Amino acid sequence: MAATVQTRIRRSNTIKRSPMDLYDYWRDLSNLPELMPYLERVIMSDTTRSRWYARTPGGQSIEWNARITEDEPGRVIAWESEEDADMASSGSVRFSPAPGDKGTEVVVDMNYDPPGGALGDMVSKLLGENPAQVLTEGLRRFKRRMEAGEIPTIESQPRGTCGKGR
Amino acid sequence: MKAVTWCGKKTVNVEEVSEPRILNPHDAIVRITLTAICGSDLHLYDNYIPTMEPGDILGHEFMGEVVEIGAEVFNLRVGDRVVVPFTISCGRCWFCEQQLYSACDNTNPNAWMAEKVYGHSGAGIYGYSHMLGGYAGGQAQYARVPFADVGPIKIPDGLRDEQVLFLSDIFPTGYAAAENCNIHPGDIVAIWGAGPVAQFGIRSAFMLGAERVIAIDRVAERLDMAERAGAETIDYSEDNVFEKLMDMTAGRGPDSCMDAVGLEAHGTSPDAVYDRVKAATMMVTDRIHALRQAIEAVRKCGTLSIPGVYGGVADKFPIGAVFGKGITIRTGQTHVQRYLRPLLDCVQRGDIDPSFVITHRFPLEEAPEAYALFSERRDGCVKVVLQP
Repeated sequence: MAATVQTRIRRSNTIKRSPMDLYDYWRDLSNLPELMPYLERVIMSDTTRSRWYARTPGGQSIEWNARITEDEPGRVIAWESEEDADMASSGSVRFSPAPGDKGTEVVVDMNYDPPGGALGDMVSKLLGENPAQVLTEGLRRFKRRMEAGEIPTIESQPRGTCGKGR
Repeated sequence: MKAVTWCGKKTVNVEEVSEPRILNPHDAIVRITLTAICGSDLHLYDNYIPTMEPGDILGHEFMGEVVEIGAEVFNLRVGDRVVVPFTISCGRCWFCEQQLYSACDNTNPNAWMAEKVYGHSGAGIYGYSHMLGGYAGGQAQYARVPFADVGPIKIPDGLRDEQVLFLSDIFPTGYAAAENCNIHPGDIVAIWGAGPVAQFGIRSAFMLGAERVIAIDRVAERLDMAERAGAETIDYSEDNVFEKLMDMTAGRGPDSCMDAVGLEAHGTSPDAVYDRVKAATMMVTDRIHALRQAIEAVRKCGTLSIPGVYGGVADKFPIGAVFGKGITIRTGQTHVQRYLRPLLDCVQRGDIDPSFVITHRFPLEEAPEAYALFSERRDGCVKVVLQP
């Protein structure tokens, strides 16, 4: 059975920084590859247009152009891919103060074109069978970058082999 | 370097592995001078904790000398002597700001695993399963210490390693468990299990004003150690614990009960046998015989403190008794960073010498024998330290 892809995903997190700090980091789109490892780089062409470079786990390169469609400092950034993009999608990130001095509530909405065909196939190649979890992890990296100043890792730490060789 | 690795149920090895490197700007590398086996390591040894992988380096109680620091560690210098708390905490999230360090949002690289099982993830922990971060532990010659700017406490000259090592876990854990007992002057505290955490729990309960402390176990050496701290004792292999506790409290029950046993409770009553059968058939993961007994015995509207480690799901939890008696339950991993300074001060003043709990000392190379001895409570074993 072919993998199906959700077409609308909403994920949120609460981050102990001001809405403006979080907006500023996200608004520099070249920061996003740190949050979304499937992105290789994002280059701003001008204040609203950008070019996105991604690589699937299988090694296939995908590129597309996107433009910012809504931009309110400290509140919201929305974007959509330009016509005939390989990765047709649109999305937004919204920032609002959390009650009780708990920081900022960050809500991301992503929309992909309906699954099936070449387009849905491309989304599933890039994001796997659970794009919602990919977005959850992206938001988690955003929180950790902004709160802790680093993203925790255990990659390449020492470990044993229990006598089974490397 | 040499490190103790988990290789499956009741199998630990000492292996030659690569030395840890700085991976993140808040990391430090510590050359370990003394480390210990925790009672909770026995839950790993007995394969009760899921998401361990063969080759994982064990150990979450360790101390040593800082040999390298990351670019953003400004509170430590190479050469500092430090004790490292077992909870890894970023110090900057909302939970850390509330001093709820073990609930840190940002230090578990595998938070998604814990979220699947528990709904949310707490802090990463050294050497305690991939669900809790998969961090290489401290039963080794060196360890990488993430967020070294938040966790480790510098140890002044004049204190031996054995006097301060247990600031890493069991002293704060026993103290926090006693705090969680909500002790008032004149209170009687009963503690199930007289292992290392309980030994600190007994002494902490007295420090916090308990009138009497009653320790419950079946291992003579542990009960003796409890009596040396001034506790009364019950050997559950000889006495009916409930009857004995009612007798000792004139029917009221202890004001506070502490379950310092956790998920591998032993017992001979029908419910304990039922638990063992269900655990063996994987229908439940946690055996809660001690917990049931504590709920039954605690006085009405009393407090139940649970420092014993639980990991999964349990059966026949007496929620009716919890409700019917109005019991308050307080539990969780210890917010170790909160206790480091005040408890180090206690040690420096001479209020307590935590090395009392050590019964066995082994070189790191002999860790497999040390685990077996501790697991079987052989030779009066209460607490083992390992010398790298």
